[in-house]
Amino acid sequence: MRFSGEGGQGVVTASDMLARAGASVGYHVQTFATFPSQILGGPTWTQTRLSVNLVLSPGDYLDVLVAFNNDAFEEHKSEVQQDGVILYNSSEFTPAFDGLAIGLPLKELAKEAGDPRAANMVILGALSKLVDMPLKYFEDFVRSRFIGRQAIIESNIKGLSLGNTNVNADEFHIGALVEPKKSKETLVFLKGNDALSLGAMQAGLDFYAGYPISPATPILVFMQKNLLGPGKFAYQVSSEIESINAILGAGYAGKKAMTATAGPGLSLMSEGIGLAWMAEIPCVIIDVQRGGPATGLPTKTEQSDLTAAIHPAHGDVTIPVIAPGTVEECFYAMIDALNWAEKSQCPVILLSDHSLAERSQDFVKPDLSKINIDERLIYKGSNGYNRYEAKGISPMPIPGNPGAYIANGSEHDYVGDTTHKGSHHIHMTERRFSKLKLLDSYPYERLNRSQSVALMPWGGSKGSALEAYNLLKKESIEISWYYTMYLNPLSSDLIHELQKKDLVLVPELNYQGQFSSILRSEGIKAESITQYTGLPFKVKDLVKIISERIETHKKEIVV
Amino acid sequence: MSVEGNGHNNHPEYDFKWCPGCGDFGVRRALEGAISEYNTKLEQTIDKTVIVAGIGCSGNLVHLVEGPQPYGIHGIHGRTLPIAFGIKMIRPELNVIVTAGDGDFLSIGAEHIAPQASRNLDITVVIMDNGVYGLTKGQSSPTTVLGEITSSTPYGKFEMPLSPLDLYLTYGVTFIASGYSSKPKDLTKLMVKGMEHPGFSIIQVQSPCTTYNDTYAVLKGNLKLGIEPGIFEVPQDHDVTDKYAASKLVNSGKIPIGVIYERTDIPTLEDRINIVRAKTESKDIEQLLAPYVI
Repeated sequence: MRFSGEGGQGVVTASDMLARAGASVGYHVQTFATFPSQILGGPTWTQTRLSVNLVLSPGDYLDVLVAFNNDAFEEHKSEVQQDGVILYNSSEFTPAFDGLAIGLPLKELAKEAGDPRAANMVILGALSKLVDMPLKYFEDFVRSRFIGRQAIIESNIKGLSLGNTNVNADEFHIGALVEPKKSKETLVFLKGNDALSLGAMQAGLDFYAGYPISPATPILVFMQKNLLGPGKFAYQVSSEIESINAILGAGYAGKKAMTATAGPGLSLMSEGIGLAWMAEIPCVIIDVQRGGPATGLPTKTEQSDLTAAIHPAHGDVTIPVIAPGTVEECFYAMIDALNWAEKSQCPVILLSDHSLAERSQDFVKPDLSKINIDERLIYKGSNGYNRYEAKGISPMPIPGNPGAYIANGSEHDYVGDTTHKGSHHIHMTERRFSKLKLLDSYPYERLNRSQSVALMPWGGSKGSALEAYNLLKKESIEISWYYTMYLNPLSSDLIHELQKKDLVLVPELNYQGQFSSILRSEGIKAESITQYTGLPFKVKDLVKIISERIETHKKEIVV
Repeated sequence: MSVEGNGHNNHPEYDFKWCPGCGDFGVRRALEGAISEYNTKLEQTIDKTVIVAGIGCSGNLVHLVEGPQPYGIHGIHGRTLPIAFGIKMIRPELNVIVTAGDGDFLSIGAEHIAPQASRNLDITVVIMDNGVYGLTKGQSSPTTVLGEITSSTPYGKFEMPLSPLDLYLTYGVTFIASGYSSKPKDLTKLMVKGMEHPGFSIIQVQSPCTTYNDTYAVLKGNLKLGIEPGIFEVPQDHDVTDKYAASKLVNSGKIPIGVIYERTDIPTLEDRINIVRAKTESKDIEQLLAPYVI
């Protein structure tokens, strides 16, 4: 169900309430939203998909389109599936539409409910009738959300009821939703950016520095509010250049430090990330990808920063990268990223994207007692220590304690003094790269592994690809499934397995096919399925492209 | 005497040298004295000292400290202040000192001065101002004088020289001092004052480059050549809390040496954060997760 209109019309609230009310009674839910890059107004839409089964993708078609104005109707009408319903605001317009459309005078009904802001409640009341979701779900939700604010509760409940009675559902039937099953386990329902923020708190984050940038800003806002205990510190700094240098200062001083940004900020951080690699300082950079390059598409989704994340700086360097594919994975990937930084004493990049950041999903509440938190090796000896002498990872002295050294961005000797000797550059380069081996052999997903053709998405495209995989399987189109969020270093076991495949298809939201190019450099016959519309993959498109590609592949074999 | 701090006093493998007569020798000696004096007063070891060095001749100071070794970061060009910010705000008990040159601090790194001044970050900055990019062999810097011929200004420098002291006053830096590398004992005193000052301290030091911009004669004056001294002592009756008096001093056409400006009544960033910390209860992860539970 998609809600569309002008920013500020209650579009977001309506969708959010539907999602939360649905999740609270036991439906699995996934939301998706896209906003204009302006403060007020502008075309906005947000959608909610509910199911008794796990919701993997935002969905290809609309069962219900709620259009608050004519522009919204025109923009989205083509995506309404056959038998789908359009619910429109008849106070504003009457759509020219052959299919099923039903108008509600939102302005008048909201006024009758006693609050002009209750228009979205009228919509939800109507929806509850159209999809046979008991009105009680919404009423209960309103009561718990606005505890103690009796006037709002009353007007909202009246709005729900007016919507419910004023919609004539006789002609329309989009099918009742299956009765939800409430999970025995406690669930949480949140957005990707929230999951990253909570994961960082769980991993023991001490220091956060950030600069506002879409779509990463909610992480800064969360940290400014919550990372405030004794010895903890979050701050909005003056640029991404300041962010990266501040977090590596804190990392050097012995603390867990992080920043979050999007592509433009990652570009500005380039030199600082190189310094953290060179001087072996733990820190974590979140890149919530958006369309690029330059300012690009600030409020649209893309997976086009992978190459930049793996090679963010000049010189001989590669940075560990973890890219979660669901909101749940965001939580655990964030913990892994901070753990990795500690384990390898180097910068780590967590790659999210706009669609993950702005998507809400339900998942089982993490069992915090089972989460492993890593701490760096700390030097605890006396003075006379050579911090960079060992061939691999070595304990890190912390300022305030014996073992003083210089963390140097120039090539250095065992105590960190600058040197230009070839032997030292060889020693240090090999030492830095050796630490990546500590991060190999992380788990990956694998299904139907005997097939010669494999599907291997990454990051935020995971859900759509998995739904496509399931549909293909139903149609008896056989293909293997591989997936990992640990993109650099890639597990050597996974590489070996993929090298045996005849074809590995990689759905990814960029023009160049960045991930498949990395796989090919490992001797894997990988090929991308690309899209660069600013929106996530539609499942039907993936199913079509994959099945066609499998057909041509069979012909290639015959020839 | 037992060596305090990690012992690598002679930096045997370090292959960088300042030119003979470089002002930075004096700055280093002054800083060694200041760190020692400050730590003795506070009865703390040198492990609590972190030097954040910029790039260029001046930045190499961090490798040339003799005697007990402090911690150090020799980072990237222009970013000393952000690094120092990260260290100080997460480990306020450390004595964080920035050392950089006029090119590093006032050109590529200039964007970072205003934010730290607004925050009143409690660190001490020592700027070695030689009016030239020395390590890249003599290009013009923000403090190079108008019309000066350098390798990158073959027809003379087109820009007016920056007045760093005036800039710091404008930004609201709460401790501003000006020193001269040939007077290391006085310089040590200024540096200790800077370290003791609760807030953002900058000591701008005239530190001539004997190879590319030898300003010793201009600074000290030379009566035989009819050159009047380019520096003068800050008058004893100068009120360091008076911004207008400070402004007059730094705009007098010559370089004042001494404490220019000091405000001790402005809270540091840490003070401000601590007020909020005292009023706010930090939430554990279960409390943070609670609003998302369905």
